[in-house]
Amino acid sequence: MADPFATAARRPALAAHASGAARASLTPAGPATRLSLRAKPEAVPALSAALGLDLPTQPKRAARQGERHALWLGPDEWLVIDESEAPLLQALDGAGVLHSAVDISHRNAAILVSGAGAAAVLNSGCPLNLSPAVFPIGACARTVLSKAEIVLYRTGETDFRVECWRSFAPYVLAVLAEAAAEV
Amino acid sequence: MLLIHCPYCGEDRSELEFRAAGDAHIARPANIAAISDEEFADYFFLRDNPKGLIYERWRHIHGCGRFFNAVRDTVSDKFVMTYKAGEPKPDLSPAPGVAPALPADSRPVETYEATEGRAE
Ligand SMILES: [Zn+2]
Repeated sequence: MADPFATAARRPALAAHASGAARASLTPAGPATRLSLRAKPEAVPALSAALGLDLPTQPKRAARQGERHALWLGPDEWLVIDESEAPLLQALDGAGVLHSAVDISHRNAAILVSGAGAAAVLNSGCPLNLSPAVFPIGACARTVLSKAEIVLYRTGETDFRVECWRSFAPYVLAVLAEAAAEV
Repeated sequence: MLLIHCPYCGEDRSELEFRAAGDAHIARPANIAAISDEEFADYFFLRDNPKGLIYERWRHIHGCGRFFNAVRDTVSDKFVMTYKAGEPKPDLSPAPGVAPALPADSRPVETYEATEGRAE
């Protein structure tokens, strides 16, 4: 029998959790205010005006204004994120149109995946086509990462934001870290 | 992995994002209190189990969240077409004596029975 130690590479038990050194880095995103927003098409102009950005009506598109992002999740559903922690619910107070807005600032956690290997790390557990032609900067989608549901948002050529439920975050981070150690 | 075309997202997405939700175009009786138990059971419980084309509801649950309808072949598992909820049921049934109008790239799959004969 061949000597297994001749070909085996030594890897520390926590190697998968070291980030930043490999081709993809993982960073927990800072706090943000978030809104789960649902509305019919006729309410979109008023809600856009109240939020100060144009709610996207095309699939997989996100709109950005400064630190505020609106991500298309479905034909009547958006995830609004404000990285400056500006109050979003209050911004809609005077919109005057029928809509549903739920503050989910603390329901979600976000992980920033960056680097040349970022897409490969995500594709280790996410079936989306992340080639720039299909998923360009500003694209977003609710999808899956291994066993967790995530919202994926491309903020740069090699930069992604992964939004997931707070209780899923340790799992999502572990899955990403394991992949990041191998790209 | 199967790719399923979501009519709301407008693109093919992985089957991992979808959940099947039973037969489509099941008409709810207009006055459900007036029908007999047998009629209710027929409406509520009994479904066809066709070999070939079936019309189903699917939900893009880990995507846009929307329900839509799909025409699927139960032999090959191929999705023939998908369409938005509320759109009329497309008539894809072939004329008598004519092969089903499936897309050009769909080939019959090899079944165990076809290659090995039927287990008796
Ligand atoms: Zn969809």
